[in-house]
Amino acid sequence: MIYENLPDARGHFGPYGGRFVAETLMEPLRELEAAYNMLKVDPAFRAELDKDLALYVGRPSPLYPAERLTRKWGGAQIFLKREDLNHTGAHKINNTVGQALLAKHLGKTRIIAETGAGQHGVASATIAARLGLKCVVYMGADDVERQSPNVYRMKLLGAEVIPVQSGTKTLKDALNEALRDWVTNVDDTFYVIGTVAGPHPYPMLVRDFNSVVGREVITQSQNQLGRLPDALVACVGGGSNAIGLFHPMIQYDEVKMYGVEAGGDGIETGRHAAPLSAGKPGVLHGNRTYVMADDNGQIIGTHSISAGLDYPGVGPEHAWLKDIGRVNYVSVTDDEALAAFHELTRVEGIIPALEPSHAIAYAKKLAPTMAKDQIIVVNLSGRGDKDIFTIAKREGISLL
Amino acid sequence: MSRITFALSDLRAKGRKALIPFITAGDPHPSHTVGLMHALVAGGADIIELGVPFSDPMADGPVIQLACERALIHNTSLWNCCAMVAEFRKTDSRTPVVLMGYLNPIETRGLDAFCTLAKDSGVDGVLIVDLAVEEAPEFAPKVRSFGLDLIFLLAPTSSDARIEAIAREASGYLYYVSLKGVTGSASLDIGSVTAKLGQIRRHTALPVAVGFGIRDAESAAKVGAVADGVVVGSALVSQIEKHQSTPEVLPDLLKSQLAQMRAALDALN
Repeated sequence: MIYENLPDARGHFGPYGGRFVAETLMEPLRELEAAYNMLKVDPAFRAELDKDLALYVGRPSPLYPAERLTRKWGGAQIFLKREDLNHTGAHKINNTVGQALLAKHLGKTRIIAETGAGQHGVASATIAARLGLKCVVYMGADDVERQSPNVYRMKLLGAEVIPVQSGTKTLKDALNEALRDWVTNVDDTFYVIGTVAGPHPYPMLVRDFNSVVGREVITQSQNQLGRLPDALVACVGGGSNAIGLFHPMIQYDEVKMYGVEAGGDGIETGRHAAPLSAGKPGVLHGNRTYVMADDNGQIIGTHSISAGLDYPGVGPEHAWLKDIGRVNYVSVTDDEALAAFHELTRVEGIIPALEPSHAIAYAKKLAPTMAKDQIIVVNLSGRGDKDIFTIAKREGISLL
Repeated sequence: MSRITFALSDLRAKGRKALIPFITAGDPHPSHTVGLMHALVAGGADIIELGVPFSDPMADGPVIQLACERALIHNTSLWNCCAMVAEFRKTDSRTPVVLMGYLNPIETRGLDAFCTLAKDSGVDGVLIVDLAVEEAPEFAPKVRSFGLDLIFLLAPTSSDARIEAIAREASGYLYYVSLKGVTGSASLDIGSVTAKLGQIRRHTALPVAVGFGIRDAESAAKVGAVADGVVVGSALVSQIEKHQSTPEVLPDLLKSQLAQMRAALDALN
C-alpha cells in the first residue's frame, strides 16, 4: 500500500491533528513550522544535529539480540533497540537535541518543557545546560512526588522545576501549564514538547527527530540479519518512541507493528491510560486525537504504574494509524508490565523503564505465536533506574 | 438581525460602549448561576459571556481554572449551561448570552445536537477558545445556519492575513485579547491595544470588544475609550472565589462591582 505523506499542509493526519489553540499561539506556530521546514533541509543544520546525535547522545544505539529471552519464550527472535543506552537514559534526548537546535536558530533564550516521569524534563534540562539556555520544566505535583530523583537531576542541571497543582496534578496538567507559560512568554521562549502530540507542527517535528530510531533499525537489521524485522513492538503514551520506530517502516507492509498502551488495572476496570484501546476522538492540547473523556467531554483521570504513559491523549498520527489499520494497538496491565520488568532484568541483565516494560510484556505474548526464524524488534525506550523507588514501594520493600 | 448585533448596533447608535461580564456557569454552585446572570444585567451588562467549564482550560489563568474546578465538582455540563440560559430567558429576553468554552465538550455532544439545544435555549453566540479559524471550515457555517453568532478571538500576534480570515468567518463581534498571556493577567498596555484596534478596523466593520487585564472602573474606562466593548471576567470570578462559602452576598457584590464599570464607561460620552 502507498501511504500518503502526512501530515498535510494544515497539519492533519486524516481527521486527526491540526492546530486547536488560542489565537495568540497561531502565528508563533506558523513561524515555527516555516523555520522547521527551512532548517530540516539545511545541510548545516542537519550536520549539527547529526554531530550532536553521534557525539553527545551516543548514537547509533545497538540493536541487541536478546538470545536468552528468545530461548525462554520459545518463538520469534527478540531484538532490543537499546534507546536506554542514550545519554540521559531514554529516547527523549533525540527530540530535545533537535528542538533545542531549532530554539537556538530561532534566537530564543529560554526553553520550557512539560514532563510526566521526568525523562523529557531531564533531557530538556540537559540540552539547555549544554547550550546555555534558561530552562523551566512544568511537572504535575503528584509526579514531582513519585519521581523525586528526576526532579533533583533537573535541578542539578540548572532547570527550574515548577510543580503544577491544578487538575489531576499529572502530565496533562503540566502540558496545560506549559502552554500557558508559552502564550505569556512567546517572544523569547521555545516550547520543547516531549511527545508527538500538541498543535501542528509538533507531532510532525517530534516524529521526525525520533525517526532516527527506525532509520537505524532498518540499517542495523539489514546489516545484522539481511532483512527487515517481521514485527515492531513499542509502548505508547503520547507515542514518541513508537512513532520514531514505526514511521520509517510504515511503507513496508510486511513489517507488522504493535503499539502497547498502559492497561493499568485492566481496561475493564476503567482505571487505565489507553485512549486508543478504550477512548474516543476528541480535542485536547491543540490536536484532534483519541482521548479519554466522560460523556460530557471532560477529560478524565488516567491510571498507570508508569508515569510516562499516564496521559489521556495520544499523538494524532497514532490515531490515524489505528483507523487505517496499519498499527495494532493493544494494552497490557500494570502487573504484566511489572512481571516483564523483572524478567528482562533477570534474564538479560538489563533494567528497563516501566514504560518499555509494557512493550516487553506484549512481546512475550506475541513471540510464541510466531515462527523461530521470525524477528521481533522491541523498542527499549528507556532504562529503569528512575523507577526502582516506585517498584520497591509497590512491592513493599523499603530502600531507606 | 441577531440579538447580539441588535444590542451592539443600538449601543453604537447611542454612542455607548458595551459592558460584557464573564462568569463560569456552575460556580460556585449551579443553583446560583441564573441569579448571578440577572445581577450582572442589573449592574449594567449589555452581553453576558457564560463560561462552559472544562477540565483542561489551557488558555485560562488560575482564577478561571479554579472556577472550572468548582463548577465541575457539581458536574456542570454543556447541557446544564444551556438549561441555565433557558431559565434566564424566562425573565430576560433582551440580554444576549454567549457561551464561551473549549471545543471538546461540544464535539463530544455533537455539533448539530449542541446548536439545536443552544438555539432552543436562547443562546445567541458561541466563542470556542481553542477553535482556530483554520479548523472551522465546516463548523462556522453550521453554527451560522442555526442563527447563532460565532465569536472569534484576535490576539496581539494576529497578522493582517489572519485578521482578514477571522473577520470573514466571525459574526456578532470580535474579541480582542489585549495581551500575550492567560485570562486574569495583570498588565494592560493601552497604547498597543489602541494600535492593534486600528489595524483590526482596517479589515472589518464588526464591533471589537477587548478583554484580558480589565479589572476595575479605571481600566474599563481606558479600554472603553478605544474599543466598542470591554470584557471583564477574572475580576468578577475572584469575588465568587472569595465569597464562595457565603454565595448569598454575591448578586449584590457583582452588581455593584459592575455598576462602577458601567458608570465609568457611560462617563466617556
